[in-house]
Order: sequence, then structure tokens, then C-alpha cells
Amino acid sequence: MHGLNFDIAHLLAGSLVLVSFMLLYQDRLYALLNVYALHAVVLALSVAWQAYIQGAPHLYITAAIALLFKAIVIPVALHRMIVKLGIHREIEAVGGIGLTMLLGMGLVALAMVVTLRATEGAGLLAREDLAFALSVVLLGLLMMVTRRNAVSQVVGFMSLENGLVLAATGAKGMPLVVEISVAFSILIAFIVIGIFLFRIRERFDTVDVAALDRYRGEHG
Amino acid sequence: MSFDTVTLLFLIPALAAVVIALMPGSKLSAYVNAGTSFLTFLAALSLLWVDRPAPGAYVLVDELNTIFVVLITFVAFTTSVFSATYVEYELEAGRVTPAFLKLYHALYQVLTLCFNLALLSNNIGVMWVAIELATLTTVVMVGIYRTHAAIEAAWKYFILASVGIALALFGTILVYMAAEPVMGAGLNAMVWTNLVANAAMLEPAMLNLAFVFLLLGYGTKIGLFPLHAWLPDAHAEGPTPISAVLSGLLLNVALYALLRCKMLLAGNPEALAPGPLMIGMGLVSLLFGAFMLYRRRDIKRLFAYSSIEHMGLITFAFGLGGPIANFAGLLHMALHSLTKSAIFFAVGDISQVKGTQKIADMGGLTSTNPLIGWGLVIGVAAIAGLPPLGIFTSEFLVVSTTLAKAPLLALPLVLGLLVAIGALFLQLNRIAFGEPRGANHKVKCSYVPMTLHLGLVLCAGVYLPASLVAWFHVVAKLLG
Amino acid sequence: MTTTLAVQAAQMLLVLGLAPLLVGFVRKVKARLLRRQGPPLIQPYRDLIRLLRKDLVLATSASWLFRAIPYLIFAATWVAAALVPTFATGLMFSWSADLIVIIALLGLARFFLALAGLDVGTSFGGIGSSREVMIASLAEPAMLMIVFTLALAAGSTQLSTMAEYLASGEAGLRFSLGLALIALIIVAIAENARIPVDNPATHLELTMVHEAMVLEYSGRHLALIDLSAELKLLLYVSLIACLFMPWGIAAPDAGLEALLIGVIAYIAKLTAVGFLLAVFETSIAKMRVFRVPEFLGVALMLALLATLLLFVSRSL
Repeated sequence: MHGLNFDIAHLLAGSLVLVSFMLLYQDRLYALLNVYALHAVVLALSVAWQAYIQGAPHLYITAAIALLFKAIVIPVALHRMIVKLGIHREIEAVGGIGLTMLLGMGLVALAMVVTLRATEGAGLLAREDLAFALSVVLLGLLMMVTRRNAVSQVVGFMSLENGLVLAATGAKGMPLVVEISVAFSILIAFIVIGIFLFRIRERFDTVDVAALDRYRGEHG
Repeated sequence: MSFDTVTLLFLIPALAAVVIALMPGSKLSAYVNAGTSFLTFLAALSLLWVDRPAPGAYVLVDELNTIFVVLITFVAFTTSVFSATYVEYELEAGRVTPAFLKLYHALYQVLTLCFNLALLSNNIGVMWVAIELATLTTVVMVGIYRTHAAIEAAWKYFILASVGIALALFGTILVYMAAEPVMGAGLNAMVWTNLVANAAMLEPAMLNLAFVFLLLGYGTKIGLFPLHAWLPDAHAEGPTPISAVLSGLLLNVALYALLRCKMLLAGNPEALAPGPLMIGMGLVSLLFGAFMLYRRRDIKRLFAYSSIEHMGLITFAFGLGGPIANFAGLLHMALHSLTKSAIFFAVGDISQVKGTQKIADMGGLTSTNPLIGWGLVIGVAAIAGLPPLGIFTSEFLVVSTTLAKAPLLALPLVLGLLVAIGALFLQLNRIAFGEPRGANHKVKCSYVPMTLHLGLVLCAGVYLPASLVAWFHVVAKLLG
Repeated sequence: MTTTLAVQAAQMLLVLGLAPLLVGFVRKVKARLLRRQGPPLIQPYRDLIRLLRKDLVLATSASWLFRAIPYLIFAATWVAAALVPTFATGLMFSWSADLIVIIALLGLARFFLALAGLDVGTSFGGIGSSREVMIASLAEPAMLMIVFTLALAAGSTQLSTMAEYLASGEAGLRFSLGLALIALIIVAIAENARIPVDNPATHLELTMVHEAMVLEYSGRHLALIDLSAELKLLLYVSLIACLFMPWGIAAPDAGLEALLIGVIAYIAKLTAVGFLLAVFETSIAKMRVFRVPEFLGVALMLALLATLLLFVSRSL
């Protein structure tokens, strides 16, 4: 049916979606960070495999960046921040975990249907990759929407970025420009995250964004 | 010679940012900021006369973005003059520290660089990068006051803006994926001029999907309903110059990006017509903004919703398409930039005089501070679309084209505009006329930027130079 | 004709004979891992024989259903276990060996067992039945999704066809099948009342599920029910073995050597899976009852995801 290349790409991209579901399932902050590190590792493997089958050596750099920054530096830094700020370590979710999982399933199905309809003409590997990438992006969005802890919202956003990196590597031959920009955005997001987490902690004694709602200004 | 102009437009802000960051002490940073903004404006003006460089892989200079660059650098310059005096006061009031002042000015230059990059780029990837960096810079600048409300506003802005950026990136990737089979892999498939040339050969379904994502992503930056949630808070809680920057500059640059995408999609006859989508979102934003103008109690929030309303109107105009509507949209965009920033300059003065942003605590401005009060009155009259100020022209053109092309849509359009006029004058009455209320501190801001902008808007309403009109017509035709 | 009949009969007797041995083996390995001597391997046989010789003790409130149920359960489970290909595919009754039929038979058995728990009217039985049905309400949909995944991949719900397809290596390295395997393992653990869902060795009322339902049974009834539980475990292990470890399985109409190799391979697979089960049970603690739905929810999600992904890659 399909070659081994396709199967392994399918395996890695599917694992990324699976790990996104695992991210949604977590209810403790340290475990969340570990699963996010796993997410980044799977992404790095997936990008490296794409680099191998597309014969695009610059993608190895992207894989290395993903591995170094997202799998090691950022989880360690967030871990330290959590310890230092003494952030409450249970994650409160909006709606139960079961409901979130079902919504996640629905979003994955939606992403599959939409991308398969829209990409009739493109290559097999690219379509597959895009479908999975959109699923990861939507699952990241779902995570941002259903979490009340600022750190978990940020992790949701970073998993969304991982989905974008997957999409960009699947698009054959996309120039280094976008890869640099994605790496850039990691750095800047990191800085902004750091600044805001410090400020939020400084101003409120919690990183629960529900506490921020009191200061929402007039409603509307 | 001409190519150097473009390089200058990138180089000046970049160097200025570095200089400000490395300068010891912060007293001079405001003046460096204003000075370099003026230089950037001059460089942009020169684009009007020098020979245009051919579209390269990264840089494109055509009629559309020349106008934008000149406008943006001009408003950036006047805002930098305003902010030089404004933040001095804030420093004395203790709301910002000197270190943050330097950061603010350095970031302002970075912002200018990003805007220039976004406007002049021929590469959809670079355009995305520039807009993303600009957004992140403004996030930091919005949160620069360390109050609860500012941090909440900045956090909300960050989350929503990041989601918008991500969706826009996905759209960009999809455009590349649609282009790659036709134009070959690599840099070529991301160059906008090539994309437009080959638009008819790109796969329609993928272009549709890409446009949806691009509309959602850049639409978040423009502040279209329902993606507008960050706008009122960011305007209200950040420093006033940043409100002017957001309303006058960032929204326009995002709209420019959307226009480029619209032109791309319009080149493919089988793809979704981008017009109806833009008309729909624009109209809803217009009505939403107009109705929300009532019952607002914070002055900056009031004008933030007015921005949403006007961006909705502009999107509606561009969605309608055709030479007159496009002309009207361009004119409205330019005048809205000038007027809204003038209003925010006035609001900055007012908030310093009264010491508050709550409308209930201010009143009778025309008697206590006549210059600011009447400035605000003229500004609000302009933004409401009264003749002889410029915005009346553009609104009139939009309404007449709508009556000609799609008469049914004219009804909600006119309703929205009338509702907005009513609300604005109701609120204006409370602020500018009647018995004086609230405190009356001494003010240190310059009035020059505000009067300059309002003067330009008045001129534009009375007389538009023929060359400008011709230029707009050319661009309107480009937009299709 | 007679040979095929003989082979089919041999399979039926083989599963019946091997079921207690498998359970004895698992217990022995668990004991050895805990540094105990453990009961001898043939202890389950001895238990069955002992129970068969004992008198029945019936509660006064027991109905005729109570007395009939053990036979019903045994019949359903034995038929289901006999249909799963063990050492050869394409046996005489394999046309009826549809995976959905097997699930239905097991469902029937579970239904009657739950009734038995309720029949006598004690509270322990009630607890056991309600918990069993709660677990089933999640495990069955997960099982069905697994069946869909496999059926989509193999093109049929017949077990023989599936086993042949997976044995032929056409499937390749399929991610969905991996997910289906994990989901199947979770469902198997839940259905067979192993740790972490239920402890087969416990008699504490707070933690019982299966044991609670059969608390009232004695004598030959209990023997039949124990044998059914052992058969059910063998069934699930055979299912995992024939679908995901299809090496050595004899093709239809194969010669005697192929059949013998199939039998030896089958026993080796049973040993391997039994060993892994024992290790798994020893290394993990039992879950609290209210967490079991989450555990099974994971299986359901994995199976759904597997179906979705397979659907996607087939339509590409």
C-alpha cells in the first residue's frame, strides 16, 4: 500500500496527536511539563524524519532547535519558575476531562475532514502531514480555552506552535525564513512568558487567570 | 539610489533602537525617538519621488504600500512627538521608571522597523514575521504600567494575539502549499508578486482554506468582531501613545496584510470570493462597535470601540470592491489613522488634566481647557463623519456605492453610522460641555500633533490635491 | 471432512484444557516475583475437581435462574473461546467466528452473571453487579471501536480473515494498529477483572467486582463459573496473540506438521503473554473504583483515534 517512509511519517505525526491528547488529560503541573517535553521530542523526531525523506538538511536544524529549546530549556525553565513562584500545582479545568477529550476528538475529526477535502491535489505525505498538523493546532487551542491556570495556557500555546512547525516542515521546501521565524517566536514567547508570569505572580498571589477576571474592566 | 531608500527605512529604526537601548540615562531617549522618527518619515516621503525598484525576492514597492508607508511613518512621527512630552509627565507622576522609559522608546523604534518591514516586503513569510514581532512588541508596551488592570489587559492581548498569529501562519503555510506544485519549492513560491501572477493556477480549495485562516488571523489584529476582545482592554490600560499606535498604525498594517491576501485570492476565479466574507465581518463589526459606544464609562474604551466600528466600515468597503468603494476605503483608512490618533492625543491630555479616565469624573472641558476641549469636539465630529471634515467624504462614498451595488446592505450600514453618531455626541456632551467637573491639573503635553492631524483632516474634507486623488484611483484599480 | 471436524474438536478441547493452566501459570509467576513459592501449576485443576465433588448450598431466596446461570455462562464462554483461532485459521466453524459474535456471546455471559449477583438479594451482589455493568458500559464501546479499526484494516470482521491479513504482513507498520493493541490490552484487563481494575485474589467487599457477584455460589456451580472466568482470560489472550502476534499460525488445510508447529507457537505465546500479565499486575497498584471510568475512557479515546487515523489514511 504505502511505503515505509509514509508509514513512519504517519507513525510520528500520529504520535504527536496522541501526545496532544495526553497533554489535555493531565491535571498536575509537573506532569504537564514532562508531557510537553515529550511532545517536543516527538516533534523533533518527526521533523528529522521529514528532513531525511525530503533530503532537506536545513530541517535538521529545526529539529535540533525543537529538541534543545522546547524539550529541554523551556520545560526546565518553567519548572524552576513554578518552584520559585510557588504556583499552585493543580490544574483546574473548565468542564470535565471527559468532555474535553470528546471535544478534542471532534476537533481532530473536523481537522481531518477539512484538510482532506481542501488538499485534493497535493502529495500524499503533505496532505497527511497537514491533517495531523491542523489537529495538533486545534487541540492546542482547545487546551488554551479549557484551562484556567496561566502556565497551562502557555503550554497549550506552545503545543499549538509545535503543530505549526509540523505543518511548515510538511510543506516541501519551505525556505529557512519561516523556520527562523518560528524559532524566533519561541525565544520571544519565552521572554514574554517570563515577564508576564513574574508580573502576574507579583501582582496577584496566584497564576489563576480567574483572579484576573476581577480586573476585567467594564464588561463588554 | 532608490533601493537605498528602502534600506534606509529599515536601517534608521534598527540603529535607533540599538542606540536608545545602549544610551546611558534616559532623558535623551525621547528626543532620539522623535528625531529618528522624523528621519524615517523623510525617507518614506522620498519614496514618492525616486525611481521605484523592481520587485525583488524580499522587497516590493508599489502604489499601494507607498501610501501606507508614508502614512504610517507620519503618524509614527507625530505620535513620538506626543509621547515625548506625555511620558515625561508619567515619569514625574511615578507611573513609569526611567529604565522602562528607555525600554519603551527602544521598543517604539523596533515597532517602526517592523511596520516598515511588513509594508515593504514581497515575501508573505517575512510579512508574517514582521507583523508578529510588531504584535509582541506592543504586548510588552501595553503592559508597561504595572497595575492589575494593565497586566490583565496585556495578558489577554498576548493570548488572543498569539492565537491570531498562529492562525495567520497556518494560512501562510497553506498558501505556500498551494503554490508549491505550480511554482516549485523554495523561495519563489512565497514571493507575493509571483503568487498573484500565477493565482489562477493555484488550487482553489486550498486557497479558500488559506484565506479563511488568514482572515481569522489578521482579522484578530484588525479587531473584527468576534475576534476583537483584546482591543478595548489594550487601548484602555496601556499608555495613551500606545493606544494611538494601536489604533492608528497596527490596525492599518494588519488590514494591509489582509488586502494583499484578498488580492491573491481575487486572482483565482474558482476560489471563494473574498468580498462577501469581508463585507459580512465588516458590517457586523460596524454595528457591534456602534451599539457598544453607548454606556461606556471609560473614555479610552469608548474610542477603542469607535476604532472597531471604523475598521469594520473599512473592511466592508474593501469587501465591496470596485473603484469607488476601494477609493473610499483607502481615504477612510488614511483619515481614520489621523483622526483617531488626534483623538487619542487629546484624550491623553484630558486624562492628565483630570487625573482619571472615567467619563463621569470629567466635564465642561470647553470652559476649563478650551484648546483641548474644542480639539476633542472637532475630533469627535470628524470621527462621527460630519462635513466638512474628511471622513464625511469617504463615508458618503461608501454609502452611495452600497446603495448602487447592494441596496439592502445600505440599511444596516446607515443604521450603524447613525447609531455611532448619536452615541458619540451623547458622550461628547458629557465630557466637553456642561458644568465643569473633576480635577484640573496642569498639563505638560504638546498640542502640536493633535492640531496638525485635525488640520490635515479638515483640509482633506475641503480639498484633496489632484495628484493624491489620481494616486488613490490607481491603487483602487490595483485592488480590484 | 472428519479431519477438519477433528481439528475443530481438538481446538475446543485444547482451550478448555489450557485455561486453568494459564491461570495457574500466572499465579505461579506472580508468587515467584513476590519471592514466594506459590501454588503448584496444576492447582486450578485441583480446585475445580474439589468444587465439583462438593454439595451445593443454595440461599432460600435463590430462583431457578440462579441455578441455570452457571451453565449458561459456561456454554457461552466456551463457544466464544473455541471460536478464536488458536493454532490454525480457517477451521470448520470459522465462518461463524465473527468478532462481533464473540463480543455478543461475552456480553450475554456478563448479563447473566450480573443477574446472578442481583438474584439472591444481598448487598454484595448488588455492588458487584452495578460495578460490573459500569465497567462494561465503557469497555464495550471501546471494544467495538477496536473491532471497527481492525475490520477497516482487514476488510472483514471475521477473525480468520483478520488473522490471515495480519499474518501476511500487508499491514505494515500501522500506527492505528498499535493504538488498537493498547486499547485492547486495557479492555482485556478490565473485562477479566485483573489489576488495576479488580483484584482476582481479593475478598474485601470494598474492592470486589467479579468476586462480589459470585459470592453466593458453591459446589459445581462455582466450579463452572471459575472455569468460565479462566476461559475468558484465555479468550482475550488468544485474541491478542492471533491478531497481533500472528507468527506460527497454521494456514487452513495445512498438514500435521504445520498444525503441530501452530500448537507449539500458541503455547509459547500463551506463556509469554501470561508472564507479561503477571509482571504487569505485580508492578502496578489497583485503582480506586471511581478512576476506572477514566482508565477505560483512555481505551475508548485510543480506539476512536485509531479508527479515525485509519479512516484518514485509507481515504488518502
